[in-house]
Amino acid sequence: MTDDGTPSPPPLLSARDLHVAFPGRRGGPPLRAVDGVHLDIRPGEIVALVGESGCGKTTLARALLGLVRPTRGQVVFAGRPLEYGSRALKTYRRRAQLVLQDPSGSLNPRHTVYEAVAEGLRIHRHGGDEREAVARALSRAGLRPPERFFLRHPHELSGGQRQRVVIAGALALDPELLVADEPVASLDASARGEILALLLRLRTELGLAALVVTHDLGLAWNIADRVAVMYLGRVVETGPVEDVLTAPRHPYTQALLSVLPEAPGAPVVLTGEPPDPTHIPSGCRFQARCPVLAGGEAARAGVADRCRTEEPAVLEGGGRAQVACHWAGARVAP
Amino acid sequence: MTLLDVRDLEVTYPGGAAAVRGVDLRLAAGEKLGVAGESGCGKSTLALALLRLLPAGTRVRGQVLLDGEDVLTMRWGRVRAVRWAGASIVFQGAMHSLNPVHRVGDQIAEPILLHRKATAAAARRRAGELLEHVGLPAARASAYPHELSGGQRQRVMIAMALACDPRLVVADEPTTALDVMIQAQILRLIEQLVAEQDLGLIMISHDLAVLADTCDRLAVMYAGRVVEEGPARAVYDDARHPYAQALSAAFPRIGDPASRFAPRGLPGDPPDPSAVPAGCAFHPRCPAVLDVCTTRDQVLREAGEGRRAACVRVGAEGDAPAADAAATTGAGTDAGSAAGAGTATGSASEPAAGTGATADPAAGTGTATAPVAGTEAATGLAPGAEANAEPTAGVGTDTEPVTEAETATGPVAGAGADTRPAGTGTNAGPTGTGTNAGPTGTGTNAGPTGTGTDAGPTGTGTNAEPAAEPAAEPAAEAAAAGPATDAAATGAAPAGEATGTSRTRSTP
Repeated sequence: MTDDGTPSPPPLLSARDLHVAFPGRRGGPPLRAVDGVHLDIRPGEIVALVGESGCGKTTLARALLGLVRPTRGQVVFAGRPLEYGSRALKTYRRRAQLVLQDPSGSLNPRHTVYEAVAEGLRIHRHGGDEREAVARALSRAGLRPPERFFLRHPHELSGGQRQRVVIAGALALDPELLVADEPVASLDASARGEILALLLRLRTELGLAALVVTHDLGLAWNIADRVAVMYLGRVVETGPVEDVLTAPRHPYTQALLSVLPEAPGAPVVLTGEPPDPTHIPSGCRFQARCPVLAGGEAARAGVADRCRTEEPAVLEGGGRAQVACHWAGARVAP
Repeated sequence: MTLLDVRDLEVTYPGGAAAVRGVDLRLAAGEKLGVAGESGCGKSTLALALLRLLPAGTRVRGQVLLDGEDVLTMRWGRVRAVRWAGASIVFQGAMHSLNPVHRVGDQIAEPILLHRKATAAAARRRAGELLEHVGLPAARASAYPHELSGGQRQRVMIAMALACDPRLVVADEPTTALDVMIQAQILRLIEQLVAEQDLGLIMISHDLAVLADTCDRLAVMYAGRVVEEGPARAVYDDARHPYAQALSAAFPRIGDPASRFAPRGLPGDPPDPSAVPAGCAFHPRCPAVLDVCTTRDQVLREAGEGRRAACVRVGAEGDAPAADAAATTGAGTDAGSAAGAGTATGSASEPAAGTGATADPAAGTGTATAPVAGTEAATGLAPGAEANAEPTAGVGTDTEPVTEAETATGPVAGAGADTRPAGTGTNAGPTGTGTNAGPTGTGTNAGPTGTGTDAGPTGTGTNAEPAAEPAAEPAAEAAAAGPATDAAATGAAPAGEATGTSRTRSTP
């Protein structure tokens, strides 16, 4: 249920208080890549997970697919907690598919398009007509007529076509969810629009839900229903795309939007880079780079001490607009 | 004073790939020129050619005048002196351009030692200063590349490019692999350095939005040619060439409802540089292609103040083309629409203006296509062709409604013609004349219908009314019936048409 009272379907996939930590190097403190995240993806919904490199967005996506085991919390798919036995994972991966960033790297250069798409079907012992299933997946991915592509090799295709082959491979098993990690980052501008339009069409035609991991806020505006902004392992702002991207409340989201070429107003260029996830600051994790705190606005709002000492609460995974910021909270409810 | 003057540069790789096919560029000191295009359009080859960094066996023709001296004919000793000290390159992918086994300070000092004959200590000192200049602590000079983040490595690359105080810096995709925030930091740094040191900057990227924000002028390349050039903002906001329009529309403006749930791309792939299509190299992908495009190569022509574009629908070539173009045209218009109404429109208006009639800008949106038509007509007029031209224009207009269908070139044209002929015919007549005469107002086009309507009015003041009606009808129907899916798209197209006509309109 959302806060505005409209009932929403139960989430297809959710992360519940998910933590993923990797052991520190040379006995150092552990690297907390994902540090407490709730996130829901409902059937047919496109959610964009945005953030800078190193913020943990890719690790979160991998954890959602069962490729990394969480150190705490759980992943729930279709109402049941994800199990990590190999048989259970195999079943799961038939329903939730991954699309990677660089299609040249995720396709075997010596396999034909047909083999690339059929591989998943063979692994999952698809019962029906393999040729027909491959043709259907290719045409859904916009490679028509599919027979023309069967015997091509990846090097004979353009970047956009390769990414379509990867997507066709993911579609072959009729999944309910796609997790796409920077699906267009390596593509040219013209192909980018084509691939994004394809993701939208798959949602409309097949009801496919998608989690799109990206650092491109324009992509979120182009196709996502909801957006979750991640910083140092945690979602710091989430909500409907229209709310978050046109009226951002977290100083980090505001800064990210302000440096886009089209943005109105003065750009807020944060100095430095995200801190090391082995040493997440206490208090608000964004405090060291926060322009609102540094500029004294947080102090004027009377929250500066809390910013330095008190960690903002973890946001819920649902659909309403939320922000993990003491200052933004104080501005709304003074 | 011109710092860099590239004249008719052609580069052909040993395999026969014509990567650059006749490029002219000029750059003054303190000026920032952006070169945009998809992969394979020749933009990186262009950068390499500027410093003669191409592999042996590559055929390079034309001139690259750096401070009046032709880099392509210099002796090798002189080329070595010019590299780094006259012009330097910040390469794409800082990860791979730094030597992983040398400390970054030594890598920055290397060109200083080679070019300045400075002592090792002085070069080290200078390397430290350069690092501070690009926002890194001088102590980082002792770091190895792997100890730095991507943004820091890119800063090192920039420090290195500045080491010998070059007059020209070529930055090839300087921010491509970086996050938005780091990208913003690097772009600010580059802007600041250019301003402080009065450098000339050529920045190459596929990201038109970034270039428009950073550079003064923009050149959009396609298949080894510059297809549009002009002030950065104008090219980005209001491109004239259908390819530049598509490229610009591919970058969503956050907050713009038109791009919400509507990602825009451009179907098809860039041509293989060893088999560039005949005629206009863009015609196989052009949403507004005309018959003439498949046979006649399109050169850059004036497209407003300080702007040039290589499209048959921009300006006129002086000869009859207007007429045939128009005829063919109908289809053409669509392109505009496809690209995105906003853009298209702008363009249309512009041209019109050039012509004289052009008030249109108001029309804005719908436009793109139409304008074109209008333009040509206008052009035609000038020469005297007017009568013919006009009618044609009318037709062109009609076509537009078709637009949605747009892409399909051939057919479109045909369709357009059939559909509206009546409308057209009518409009055309009046319009032609009327139009030219009138200042053209235009704006109106609003609805998809717009077109039809406008057209009508357009005619001469007088005619306008009656004419308008009929015209409108067909147009409207066309729109409705037509394939045209989106209102917007459609609208746009019509508008375009309208525009042609429109000009007249304002008059009344």
